[in-house]
Amino acid sequence: MTSDCTLSLLIFSPLAAAAVASLLRSERALRVWTLLATTAIALVSLPLFWRFDAGSAAFQFAENHTWIPWLGVHYAVGVDGISLLLVLLTTIITPLCVLASWTYIKKRVREFMIALLIMETAMLGVFCALDTVLFFVFWEAMLIPMSLMIGVWGGPRKIYAALKFFIYTMAGSIMLLVAIIAMRLKTGTFSLPDTMGYAFSPGFQALIFGAFFLSFAIKVPMFPFHTWLPAAHVEAPTAGSVILASVLLKMGTYGFLRFCLPIAPLATHTFAPYVLWLSVVGILYGGFAALAQKDMKKLVAYSSVAHMGFATLGIFALNVQGLEGATLVMINHGVTTGALFIMVGMLYERIHTRDLSQAAGIGSKIPIFAAFFGVFCLSSLAFPGTNSFIGEFLVLAAGFKVSKILVICAIPGVVAAAAYMLRVLQKVAYGSEDNPDHSGVKDLNLREIATLVPLLFFVLWIGLHPEPLLRVMHTSVVHLLQQTAR
Amino acid sequence: MDAPIHDIRLLIALLAPLVGAGLVMASGKKPNLREGISLLAALTMFGTTASLLPAILAGKTFVFPLFKLLPGLSITLRADAMSMIFAVVASFLWVLAVFYSAGYMRGLDEHAQTRFNACFALALFGAIGCAFSDNLLTLYLFYEIVSVVTYPLVAHHQDAESYSGAQKYMTYLTTTAKGLVLPAMVLIYVLTGTLDFAHNVHTGILPVGVNHWIVIGLYVACILGFAKNGLMPFHNWLPSAMVAPTPVSALLHAVAVVKVGVFCTTRVMLYVFGVDTMTALHLGMPTAYFVSITILAGSVIALSKDNLKARLAYSTVSQLSYIILGVALLNPTGVEGGLMHIAIHAFAKITLFFCAGAIYVATHKKNISEMSGLGRVMPWTFGAFALASLSMIGAPPTGGFISKLYLLVGALDAGSIGILLVLITSTVLNAAYFAPVVYKAFFGKLSDEDAHHLHGEAPLAMVIPLCITAVISVVIGLYPNLLLGLAKAVF
Repeated sequence: MTSDCTLSLLIFSPLAAAAVASLLRSERALRVWTLLATTAIALVSLPLFWRFDAGSAAFQFAENHTWIPWLGVHYAVGVDGISLLLVLLTTIITPLCVLASWTYIKKRVREFMIALLIMETAMLGVFCALDTVLFFVFWEAMLIPMSLMIGVWGGPRKIYAALKFFIYTMAGSIMLLVAIIAMRLKTGTFSLPDTMGYAFSPGFQALIFGAFFLSFAIKVPMFPFHTWLPAAHVEAPTAGSVILASVLLKMGTYGFLRFCLPIAPLATHTFAPYVLWLSVVGILYGGFAALAQKDMKKLVAYSSVAHMGFATLGIFALNVQGLEGATLVMINHGVTTGALFIMVGMLYERIHTRDLSQAAGIGSKIPIFAAFFGVFCLSSLAFPGTNSFIGEFLVLAAGFKVSKILVICAIPGVVAAAAYMLRVLQKVAYGSEDNPDHSGVKDLNLREIATLVPLLFFVLWIGLHPEPLLRVMHTSVVHLLQQTAR
Repeated sequence: MDAPIHDIRLLIALLAPLVGAGLVMASGKKPNLREGISLLAALTMFGTTASLLPAILAGKTFVFPLFKLLPGLSITLRADAMSMIFAVVASFLWVLAVFYSAGYMRGLDEHAQTRFNACFALALFGAIGCAFSDNLLTLYLFYEIVSVVTYPLVAHHQDAESYSGAQKYMTYLTTTAKGLVLPAMVLIYVLTGTLDFAHNVHTGILPVGVNHWIVIGLYVACILGFAKNGLMPFHNWLPSAMVAPTPVSALLHAVAVVKVGVFCTTRVMLYVFGVDTMTALHLGMPTAYFVSITILAGSVIALSKDNLKARLAYSTVSQLSYIILGVALLNPTGVEGGLMHIAIHAFAKITLFFCAGAIYVATHKKNISEMSGLGRVMPWTFGAFALASLSMIGAPPTGGFISKLYLLVGALDAGSIGILLVLITSTVLNAAYFAPVVYKAFFGKLSDEDAHHLHGEAPLAMVIPLCITAVISVVIGLYPNLLLGLAKAVF
């Protein structure tokens, strides 16, 4: 085994930074320190993109140490082309979350920053873990800081939302744990790569597929397991919403890719048609629900349900374009929806409401805000030339290869996406004849622009030149499909 | 056919309006600087586009690749004979429209003129992008750009009427584009592995052996999906969008927006499906008859409108379908007639809208019934209106005569008496809704109140451009060689 410890460094640096943060007294020092630490982690993670050997499907930068010998649990980490991108997404989003919380979080700053840093460790751990127990530990570790983030720094119904989030996710986690133990009993190992190679009986596959599916579908969230999401998003502080949308939801789809497809390939093929239809229902439901929202955060939350429907549609199309498209949708959703939540947060700081009608016409007073908001709205509705377009295009193409009816049924959802996003954009930029008075509202400051510029860069870069991303994931995707074809 | 030549001029022509829009925004509230920039951008775009003409008439094709998204999927520019018909006309008319809009907007002391100028330039950016598209994706990209950037123009007045008009505009255009063109495009990509246009009008890009019903489904989705083409039943956005200031109606709804629609439709008919496939699947005649409904119904509705801009709007709905009809005849004469009509209709219709705007600025009148006798007060404006009407009716020696002649011959070549009758009936209807306007203006009695108050023409910045376009509408009929050369190079 090569002894590259970059991944461990990435995973545990936030924890170390949290330890330092617990010693800091001044709020300003806390903010600066967290920003510096998370930015440094992002900078350390970036070279992985170039060091990654895109020609190999093996897990790279791998480490393997015995952790709990009498149980056979290992500390094993490594990334393939898919998880590498999610790791980078996480490291890039986190410093932006710090920036977005700069003035938004006013109480218990230290605790907030510590929670954020612990979250980063847990998220990176989930994407890197190659041992099922280790995966589960990180998966659970994420739950508490996230619930706290909602429950402590959230809006008026924060306790309800935090509890709902906690109970839903917990219910899913238990199924995951049961499946992990059941697999261990069959295979005698907790190692994820070894489990992937094991030929389980069809009946057993169906059972663990069910367990995995439930646990991950709640996380994605897929219709009808989505109801925790709007509540959590609406109550969560900006950074919480961003983390939730950009990274946490991806853990569900990542779970499908890492567990369902390679470990239970037969069951995947059996159940794929049903999951595809469920995805289409999610796309339609999310799209039309978003159309009816007045609260901007709720609107973006429902649009997430629709976008993640595209991701699951791509995954269970079970072809190269589908998996590549789904992975791109995951990244794009992280970028675009993250940006939209940040911007809704910025608006909230200015007018203290997320009610769309209260924001009507504000764009003419704050043109820089309006320009950024316009680009991210267009990206969200998959305007050609932006990041989301490529992802959706690939997923739709993959869907057509499976079933034309399926895609045609999903099209109203695509149209709805244009409708609700353009409606928001119209309201914010123009409103109607009797707009509320927004005089005195200040445009974006430099810190806020700095928060958005990296995301804007990714919107255009992925939109116009997705080749590097596709190249990184291609071999891993092909390998994954070979495993699923067994 | 020669291999396509890489040429940066395509990019320059494309970027001129985009950079222009940026500079206009940056120019703030200095009107002369702002309009100077607009003019410079328009001249740059027209100059670079026109400089491509000689080589293209000699049979060359220019390309300029920009971004490669996926295998077979790129954003690439291409200029060939068909693009030039649209590109030259749109860029030339933008130059005139800059003067005209300056006159109109200042004459009425409109608000938000900077935004207006910037969005105007962006609309031209989208239009030239469509003209210079080398594949369906690029075409779709610029088509969508046109939809988005023209929203602020349609909603310019920011009152209840313009908001509801603009909302209808967006709803129709994005629903059809997202709901029909996008899935069709994805499916074509799945079937063929590319979205690049064919290099001639015959072969198309769809592989042999694709299920006929799928091809027909794709075809229908493309014809109806580019709803800027004004085809019924998705035409209703066009009259609603007339709440926009008249220069917008003129340039965008006579030239840029609607022509983007028909250009996209015909481009896809000829270069994605191809004449051979369309002939094999017998798609030509049904299309021709289908658009005939729009031609006739549009004219009949136009007859019933008293608001001049509304009448012109329905006239546009009707005339646009001539272009699709010509192409649907699938023979050289028909296609040439249809494509020439892109340019000929542009010159005539922009003149008519310019006149409507000039009348409004000088008299604040919108309805035809109130324009009795105005021809004697505003002889130049109504003279131009008369010339352009003749072209729209298709009377010799105007441009409209040439395109209509080709369409008629094309219909005969295709052996369709039915289409011939449609063309003749619609000519009668055209005359019926244009002639009374001109007749009343020159021979009607001027009301006493008007005789007292009205002092003559609109500002020169408006009257000169509309006279130029009116003269061109006639000249194009006397010297059709340039246009004909381009149209003949297509088929």
